[in-house]
Amino acid sequence: MTGPAVRFERVQKSYDGETLVVKDLNLSIPHGEFLTLLGPSGSGKSTCLMMLAGFESATGGKIYLNEESINRVPPHKRNIGMVFQNYALFPHKTVAENLAYPLKVRKLGKTDIEAKVARALDRVQLKRFGNRRPAMLSGGQQQRVAVARALIFDPEIVLMDEPLGALDKQLREQMQYEIKDIHENLGVTVVYVTHDQTEALTMSNRIAVFNDGVIQQLAPPLDLYEKPENAFVAGFIGENNQLRGLVKSARGGECVVQLHDGSLVTARCVNVAGAGSATTLSLRPERVEINPPDGKHPNRFEGRVEQLLYLGDHMRIRVSLCGHDDFIVKVPNASMHPGLNAGNSMTFGWAPENCRALEG
Amino acid sequence: MTTISTSAGMTIDDDGRALKAKFARAERARQIKAAGLVAPLLAFVLITFVVPIGLMMYRSVDDPVAVRAIPRTLELLNHWSPDSAPPEAVFKVLGEELLSARESGDLGKLATRLNYDVPGTRSTLMRTARAMRRGPAEGRSHRDLFETIDPKWRGGEILAGLKSLNSPYTRSYYLAAADLTTNLYGDIVAKPPHQRIYVSLFVKTLWVSLLVTALCILLAYPVAYQMATLPAATANLLMILVLLPFWTSLLVRTTAWIVLLQSNGVLNDLLVATGILGDEGRIQMIYNMFGTVVAMTHILLPFMVLPLYSVMKTIPPNYLRAAESMGAPPARAWLDIYLPLTLPGAGAGSILVFILCIGYYITPELVGGRTGQLISSAIAYHMQSSLNWGLAAALGTLLLVGVLALYWLYNRIAGVDSLRMGG
Ligand SMILES: Nc1ncnc2c1ncn2[C@@H]1O[C@H](COP(=O)(O)OP(=O)(O)O)[C@@H](O)[C@H]1O
Ligand SMILES: [Mg+2]
Repeated sequence: MTGPAVRFERVQKSYDGETLVVKDLNLSIPHGEFLTLLGPSGSGKSTCLMMLAGFESATGGKIYLNEESINRVPPHKRNIGMVFQNYALFPHKTVAENLAYPLKVRKLGKTDIEAKVARALDRVQLKRFGNRRPAMLSGGQQQRVAVARALIFDPEIVLMDEPLGALDKQLREQMQYEIKDIHENLGVTVVYVTHDQTEALTMSNRIAVFNDGVIQQLAPPLDLYEKPENAFVAGFIGENNQLRGLVKSARGGECVVQLHDGSLVTARCVNVAGAGSATTLSLRPERVEINPPDGKHPNRFEGRVEQLLYLGDHMRIRVSLCGHDDFIVKVPNASMHPGLNAGNSMTFGWAPENCRALEG
Repeated sequence: MTTISTSAGMTIDDDGRALKAKFARAERARQIKAAGLVAPLLAFVLITFVVPIGLMMYRSVDDPVAVRAIPRTLELLNHWSPDSAPPEAVFKVLGEELLSARESGDLGKLATRLNYDVPGTRSTLMRTARAMRRGPAEGRSHRDLFETIDPKWRGGEILAGLKSLNSPYTRSYYLAAADLTTNLYGDIVAKPPHQRIYVSLFVKTLWVSLLVTALCILLAYPVAYQMATLPAATANLLMILVLLPFWTSLLVRTTAWIVLLQSNGVLNDLLVATGILGDEGRIQMIYNMFGTVVAMTHILLPFMVLPLYSVMKTIPPNYLRAAESMGAPPARAWLDIYLPLTLPGAGAGSILVFILCIGYYITPELVGGRTGQLISSAIAYHMQSSLNWGLAAALGTLLLVGVLALYWLYNRIAGVDSLRMGG
């Protein structure tokens, strides 16, 4: 098949006719992709999913499925599987009946249905639970049934709206692997909604970071983390030091930024207007080096260690530096430095390419 | 070593016993508190509900008067078969006992009681007792005397009726409630057709209750559905409209229906004014079964709406969405998923409405006219007018047993724990 599986074209949504919950959404999802919509609560992720599933109509723009507009196609004709946040398993039907439902609606033969249900139960390791009611299953098991049910009629696209939100941390991680596994084995297109960045980073091919009804950045997980394009993305994905200042000079992809306390930082220009404009520098805590050798980095500053937090595999250090007293540095436990004690002054440095000058 | 282990064992044992005792004491205190909290209600229910119902059921079989008033006659009648002529001794003894019953005041009760089984014999007994003081004329038998006082003594009916009162407990109220009676020989036979009332009344009550329940489901379902799906403000308004009847006196509501439905009422006037009906063709919509059904449906509707609404409120909209995403058209999804999930609410509402309906009194009485009366009216009639409390009690007990049987049946089919009045 050529062309994207799903395409949003200038899609807008308003619930009340006054405010836009989704503003001018353009998005193409190729076949077989695992795309995650990531963003804070209320940013419009579910709304996008509901429009794609057909439960909400788009106020403006068009949504295409295999390059065919589906604005007027009712939900039950879209052939899109869906996993809901609280699973929405039918409480009055057994697990097997739940799984059989989409097949029964499609008028498959009885033997066909039984075979498919058995296979689906097997795939999610719930063979013995077919005769139980959903209420008699644990959260993780219900989750598996919900996934199996969304997949059993071989939809091309599966939508998942915070499907792991109700599970505890350990189970969540296990389910992430299982869902990822299913995605890779079946080759379905998955559109996944979450507000958990770790989940998004581990599972997705690409992530669309949402804020305020607008995609802030659409990129693979690695790029998103390493190369955030604006302050929101930088702040939302992973931990991040944000230093505000004015651009003094910009040349050849690098710029010099003067912070409010006067110190000068060399950074990589990502999207700054040029000399004189305000900028936010984004710097990952693990990119900061303690006591770097002389001349290694142009950015070298003296800072006072305020607080040490031992976190098992690494150490979090809060430092007063360049006029900020909440500058965070992360060092692996293996590379401990002598003299790293609260109250001591030390030197900190970082490379310009790890320090991104963003607009604003 | 032995000492140590023994002493250690002792300590544990002591501690264990102490713990057990402490636990028992704590538990007892908790139980006493719990019992204290429910005691007032329990006492209230016992005094105002269980005891009266027990007494009522007892009354439906209690029949002491004949055994007290004419014991020797009953003894003699025991050996008498209605085919043969009664021995002279029976009349002699009965005459004496009627006299003494008249003195002791039991005569009226006995006559009333006999009248239930053998209609029209109350006056016979009273007159006979009155005339008995004179005794039979010289050379005449007691039997002659009885037959001169009232020719009804000629057949064996009265004596057979008295004979059947030979136990302090009777089944005759239940037989009467089932339109049955006993013949001269004590066999159970159907009453003559024109005296059969109660079975058809029971059946009618059952049908009306089922009809009203069905109407309530039909009317309440869409309302409850709207209330559960509309935004809160609109839903509250609907809820007030549903509850409004609860806040109005039953009599006012019933009277309102009379004003609306009677021959010269609002609805008929409207139909005549718009020319749909001629002035001659006014429809009788009240003081008949139609009036009873309309008014009862209206009054009992909230009992169906509320359980339905509270069940529907708990059904997340995602269920229907899930079904649709799996390919079910909206109507199919609704039938497959939504409807079955609301059945517990419908069941709870139906049981409420049905049970209230089956014993409803005031509304059928006021708007039912002659054809719209239900079994409750018959019970009330025997309580208040005919004073045949035994029959009223038997009818009431049958009603109670019927309701319990239906409840049991529902439990067998659906399970009572599936009933849901609220989330
Ligand atoms: N059915 C609805 N009616 C009105 N407003 C809604 C509805 N659903 C969502 N919203 C509003 O739209 C915004 C985006 O919601 P949603 O798409 O659910 O966000 P997210 O899933 O990212 O948390 C929120 O401000 C929310 O209040
Ligand atoms: Mg959401």
